[in-house]
Amino acid sequence: MSSIAAATEPSAAAAAAAATAALSVRNLVKEYVAGRPVLQGISLDFAPRGITAVIGPSGTGKSTLIRCINRLVEPTSGAIVFEGRDLVQLAKGELREARRHIGMVFQEYNLVERLTVMENVLCGRLGYVTPLKAWLRRFPGRDVDRAFELLETVGLGAFTHARADSLSGGQRQRVGIARAVMQQPRLLLADEPTSSLDPKTSVEIMALMQALSEMHGFPVIVNMHNVELARRFADRIVGMTGGAVVFDGPPESLDDGILKSIYGGEDWLE
Amino acid sequence: MSEAVHRQAFIPNWWARAAWLLFGVYLVYAASHLEFTPARFIVGLEHGAKFVARLFPPDFHRWELLLKGMVESLQIAVLASILGLAISLPLSLAAARNLMPAWLTWPARAVMVLCRSFHPVIVAILFVKAVGFGALAGILALTVASIGFLGKLFTEAIEEISLKQVEAVRASGAPFMSVVSFAVVPQVFARFVGFIAYETDANLRNSTMVGIVGAGGIGGTLFAAFQRFDYDFVCAIVLTIIALIMVGEVLTVRIKRIFNV
Repeated sequence: MSSIAAATEPSAAAAAAAATAALSVRNLVKEYVAGRPVLQGISLDFAPRGITAVIGPSGTGKSTLIRCINRLVEPTSGAIVFEGRDLVQLAKGELREARRHIGMVFQEYNLVERLTVMENVLCGRLGYVTPLKAWLRRFPGRDVDRAFELLETVGLGAFTHARADSLSGGQRQRVGIARAVMQQPRLLLADEPTSSLDPKTSVEIMALMQALSEMHGFPVIVNMHNVELARRFADRIVGMTGGAVVFDGPPESLDDGILKSIYGGEDWLE
Repeated sequence: MSEAVHRQAFIPNWWARAAWLLFGVYLVYAASHLEFTPARFIVGLEHGAKFVARLFPPDFHRWELLLKGMVESLQIAVLASILGLAISLPLSLAAARNLMPAWLTWPARAVMVLCRSFHPVIVAILFVKAVGFGALAGILALTVASIGFLGKLFTEAIEEISLKQVEAVRASGAPFMSVVSFAVVPQVFARFVGFIAYETDANLRNSTMVGIVGAGGIGGTLFAAFQRFDYDFVCAIVLTIIALIMVGEVLTVRIKRIFNV
């Protein structure tokens, strides 16, 4: 599989990314069980703009890669340099400070079901508010205003006080995105944000993330199963197999041969 | 995999069968040892009929004594529940294995087990000896019982929450206490309200018991009435306790509705 990676010419975009990377992953290894690495030394650079889609078969470490970046999963070795600091080395308090600037969107939305839409969106500000004030729901007026604006942007202005568990899948993911953007992130991680949604809603969710990414100027790293969706929305595609990167380039250069090498087999390509 | 193993869809568990057999033998032995027989039961029934006849009609003449005892029991129950709640909330958080490291969960669990080790009446005797007769001993005894009981239920509820929601809030860089108040509490709140209601209910019942050993409340009055064979007054006390528990049940439903859980 390394031969394919070598055969793939690093694109101009990727080369530019290395020079002015917002996020730089170096030799990232993760072993859940010692001696059986799920990520076998990943090195990637991410530009400060645009959407990068990570594709690959299930169980290949895409989610682990994303979760290593904000250390929801502890990397075994390697470095993750975000804005000049190695996230892997950060102590607890510093890590929390760094996480404030990294938004995350989840496959199953991970909303707090019993809280209202507004409370869920304001979760994005918890890193900035003391626990007591958060518990008393005394968020700064500025944050509340922004939350209202964001809810309008994602089309949920009428659902402010609805409980999260009363929403449909697409609506929940919109709340999830609003929560992440509420952090005013300088990087957005999305772990298969559309895998639980129907095709039409999936496109709308991707379009929303794209629009917000352009509006607020943060890069997006998104895990996807849907290759077509990745082609349509991503500026750059990273293909992973067996815990290693086997393709890295613009969507145009992703052809059937490469897809075969990423997913294996060819019957599904009909 | 060999053919023989492959064909056997269900492997008989001989240890389980032997355990069931032993258990059955023990049940028969225990029943015969204690004269737990139908004949003995019928003899007991005659005695019971006389007792029930003397219970009615209930005598509410000494209602002032009844009221004073009930009010004290209620106060003991409420104070012990609140005190127990205040202590078991942080304790159960410390004991939750999905949120806390082992060095903290084990001591927290040990405290809960210690609190659950003895029946509230035994604890009440200890406190009567330690701090003297009266309501204080009752409050302390029931607080200990509440810590053991609420702590265990709270801990289990916290350990069953969905970590997805916790993960999402943690990813925003929220400090630990905010993770607790935004991702843990909303998931367990409804169950907590139920547990607290149940514990208050249990404390109400137990607060009528601790009086028997001199730790305050209606129990002392009830015990005295029994000893003086004032069975009609006993009946009045018992009916009042039942009524109080029922009122508590209605209130619980109301409170749950107020909290929208």
